[in-house]
Amino acid sequence: DLGQITPTELCQRCLSLIKKTKFLNAYITVSEEVALKQAEESEKRYKKGHSLGDLDGIPIAVKDNFSTSGIETTCASNMLKGYVPPYNATVVQKLLDQGALLMGKTNLDEFAMGSGSTDGIFGPVKNPWSYSKQYREKRKQNSHSENEDSNWLITGGSSGGSAAAVSAFTCFAALGSDTGGSTRNPAAHCGVVGLKPSYGLVSRHGLIPLVNSMDVPGILTRCVDDAATVLGVLAGHDPKDSTTIQDPVKPFTLPSLTDVSKLCIGIPKEYLTPELSSEVQSLWSKAANLFESEGAKVTEVSLPHTSYSIVCYHVLCTSEVASNMARFDGLEYGHRCDSDVSTEAMYAATRREGFNDVVRGRILSGNFFLLKENYENYFVKAQKVRRLIANDFVNVFNSGVDVLLTPTTLSEAVPYTEFIKEDNRTRSAQDDIFTQAVNMAGLPAVSVPVALSSQGLPIGLQFIGRAFCDQQLLIVAKWFEKQVQFPVIQLQELMDDCSSVFENEKLASVSLK
Amino acid sequence: MAAPMLRWCCPGRRFAFARVGCGSCHRRGPPTGSTSNGKRGQSSVAQQPHITAQKPRKGEPEWAAVVGLEIHAQIASNSKLFSGSQVCFAAPPNSLVSFFDASLPGTLPVLNRRCVEAAVMTGLALDCHINRKSLFDRKHYFYADLPAGYQITQQRLPIAVNGSLAYSVYVGRKPSQMVTRTVRVKQIQLEQDSGKSLHDDLRSQTLIDLNRAGIGLLELVLEPDMSCGEEAATAVRELQLILQALGTSQANMAEGQLRVDANISVHRPGEPLGIRTEVKNLNSARFLAKAIDYEIQRQINELENGGEILNETRSFDFKLGFMPEPNLPPLLLYDSGSLPSGADPQQVINIDQLRERLPELPRVTRQRLVQQYGMLPEHSCVLLNEVGLLEFFQNVIKETRAEPKKVTSWVLNTFLGFLKQQNLAVSESPVTPSALAELLDLLDRKAISAPAAKQVFEELWRNEGKTPAQIVAEKKLELLQDPEALEQLCRSTLEAHPDVVMDLKRGNPRAINKLIGLVRKATLGRADPTAIKEVLERQLSS
Repeated sequence: DLGQITPTELCQRCLSLIKKTKFLNAYITVSEEVALKQAEESEKRYKKGHSLGDLDGIPIAVKDNFSTSGIETTCASNMLKGYVPPYNATVVQKLLDQGALLMGKTNLDEFAMGSGSTDGIFGPVKNPWSYSKQYREKRKQNSHSENEDSNWLITGGSSGGSAAAVSAFTCFAALGSDTGGSTRNPAAHCGVVGLKPSYGLVSRHGLIPLVNSMDVPGILTRCVDDAATVLGVLAGHDPKDSTTIQDPVKPFTLPSLTDVSKLCIGIPKEYLTPELSSEVQSLWSKAANLFESEGAKVTEVSLPHTSYSIVCYHVLCTSEVASNMARFDGLEYGHRCDSDVSTEAMYAATRREGFNDVVRGRILSGNFFLLKENYENYFVKAQKVRRLIANDFVNVFNSGVDVLLTPTTLSEAVPYTEFIKEDNRTRSAQDDIFTQAVNMAGLPAVSVPVALSSQGLPIGLQFIGRAFCDQQLLIVAKWFEKQVQFPVIQLQELMDDCSSVFENEKLASVSLK
Repeated sequence: MAAPMLRWCCPGRRFAFARVGCGSCHRRGPPTGSTSNGKRGQSSVAQQPHITAQKPRKGEPEWAAVVGLEIHAQIASNSKLFSGSQVCFAAPPNSLVSFFDASLPGTLPVLNRRCVEAAVMTGLALDCHINRKSLFDRKHYFYADLPAGYQITQQRLPIAVNGSLAYSVYVGRKPSQMVTRTVRVKQIQLEQDSGKSLHDDLRSQTLIDLNRAGIGLLELVLEPDMSCGEEAATAVRELQLILQALGTSQANMAEGQLRVDANISVHRPGEPLGIRTEVKNLNSARFLAKAIDYEIQRQINELENGGEILNETRSFDFKLGFMPEPNLPPLLLYDSGSLPSGADPQQVINIDQLRERLPELPRVTRQRLVQQYGMLPEHSCVLLNEVGLLEFFQNVIKETRAEPKKVTSWVLNTFLGFLKQQNLAVSESPVTPSALAELLDLLDRKAISAPAAKQVFEELWRNEGKTPAQIVAEKKLELLQDPEALEQLCRSTLEAHPDVVMDLKRGNPRAINKLIGLVRKATLGRADPTAIKEVLERQLSS
């Protein structure tokens, strides 16, 4: 408990933590001045008794692929280095309108293409759990001989900066984006809640796209209630995004569920893959047992087209990437090469210098799939498979299942040195396995931290809900969160003086004056 | 506006070479072999032997040309197709560019309702089937003036399909030999315009103006049912009138609001179609006709000389990639029967409602003019073809008691003649409809003679702010109304010119005209010649 503090004090504490944890590389830009000014405004409101609501004066961070007016927005790419958008993404604007304090822009894989937060021009993000008491003690026990510092863990990605920022107490909530699992994956690895709302519930206007038909702004927080609070602010129709729902959205308050006996939890059998670590598998079945023992109906279900998801995603994702990235030609904004031999030469050099290998590789694949002679055989087929995958979920939910329970990731976070042994594409394909089908179907899903692995690292499980039943999904997730009592990350060594006050800090426990 | 449009109602202004293959054996069924298309049946076959540069060789049929059109009409709308930027011709460069138009990352398209309505109205006016569901696609190009690297268009499922456009052409030398022809409208799709590139070769720079980028276009695809430049130009002119009547496009070719690409091929009747070539970006109907006929002739010459037709422009089209536009949901349209109950009228478009709002189309207007005012069909054409002329005519009709035929004659001959002579648009005319109406009233109640009326009109044209009545009074042009005075003048004229009277009595019929002229001179032109003749004849026979 913080006791009563002012928004400015809270802001300064977070800024100081950001500085202390700078080596995590969670932030690309720290908007200190902006945040302090916003805190000052917030403080005035509190003094007048005119607080704007739950988020007034609350430090938040935003993934660096959301446009922020007047604040550099890079997508961790040379292409957008130095690009300062003239407008705010709708979700950013909504947070600011609620009085939230923007601490900065968080690190990611270049253009959100990755599952490690290792492939951006600003370098990899380090998982705060690498420095936790829990992990360090386990490592001592296991008496590893490697150099401690070189053995830090990845955060997962691509919203690793946001997950690390929340996990390390530098902010209370952060925006991520989720196209194939980019919010849920790092949330699981960093021991925080990662919510991917239903497609169309939250505006994408201002989110620099990866795959328009799958992208959703994600929410990373330290508890389910906080995620619901933020979602309540963000959800709803945006005239600037034609794919948002027209119907008005009610506020998201989460009643505490006391009785789960009316719930039906589905366990998709296809998600029990050979690559799944035994620890995750065991926690998954423990969770299923927990529901069952509390009276819920737990049933095995089938999502038969799951195995086609990865390849289908690859085609659709790269195709949209090729199209979306076409605008980066160095003319209107962003990087432009020095060559002025011809417009075409300028394009080519600009794009070669501006994009990393991962991005260029996806553009190349996508353009191949979009070629007139290939379009029917790849893109159209992938769209059909996507429909089948989406229908799998519809069938399961029609059969009476309320929520699906699955792993979020195959295992806990791995050390960076381990992670980079495989290339980005292989990693992305492996790591998105449980999360990506959800994006194909546009469903809401949330990763909730469950327990620590034998190595002392967080493991998350995923709940998947019916389209636009985000609230029901979060109610179940909240009940589960309460049952599992996931331990708080212990960063005392890292934080020294600050840490104690931030322990177990959630939105509900903040009392601003 | 007196732009040198092809005016098919004025035979004198037709271009001789516009008759290449025109109105001849080319009117045949679709090239696919199906000849049972009902709409094509409306076409007539002309009798006139056609003029081709190349005389057919013995035993070989003549060449037939096949012309199809792709037309881009800029939608008349205050804002762009997918952004709120203003639409305005000749604004300072890059002054009308929203974040979306500049393709700033993260911006999304939001469909402009007005543009959808314009597409539906145009589709209805062209007898199209309006698709209740249509889709948007991205068409990818790397052009500097296409900031997103793709154009949002409707490739897979356009908003309107299967329509037709009827137009009239002259087939003979007489204006009355007009026939109606029909060209099938394959589809109408909504799409974005691109920006403009200016190449500065001297400094080897390309300058880009994005004011036009994102303006809504209607792309109309006209099937290859035309056979020469004149037909194509006439069809385009008719389309232009329709768009202007609907208000869906200003369709001013000179300002680029109507841009036409033509695809052209020639073949021997009965043989498969030839290789197509394209003539792009034609910005006046006259150039369109010229360019098409030139290309037809070029192809014929090429083939006659044993060459072959190469298609340069099309080869690279094949590589362009399409993809569904993921940021726009399917465009759904409703009719009164399918309108979802409780739907927000701001969020739905009712086709039936738009149909009710359709104005009178040019074809109907022309029919109405012919019926209502008894004018010749070609006169109705001229009234519609000249911008503002119909309105001028109708305003005169409203205010005058003169016969419609008289009004038609005055508007088409005198008024239009003066305009042409000085190269003025109707809107620039110094003579207002009211002034002409007043003048025609004076003529109608025989207050002035026809020659005096012409004189008054000339005075009005000089625009010294005087009314016809004032001019008549000042110049003493009113007809001599006093019969006694006329009797007196006639009598004294006869007495003063016994030689002419003698001449007449000897049997020279022309002598009476001389006498009439003398009396008119004596009346200072204020007497009606018929009345003078009457009095003179009576006095001579008594």
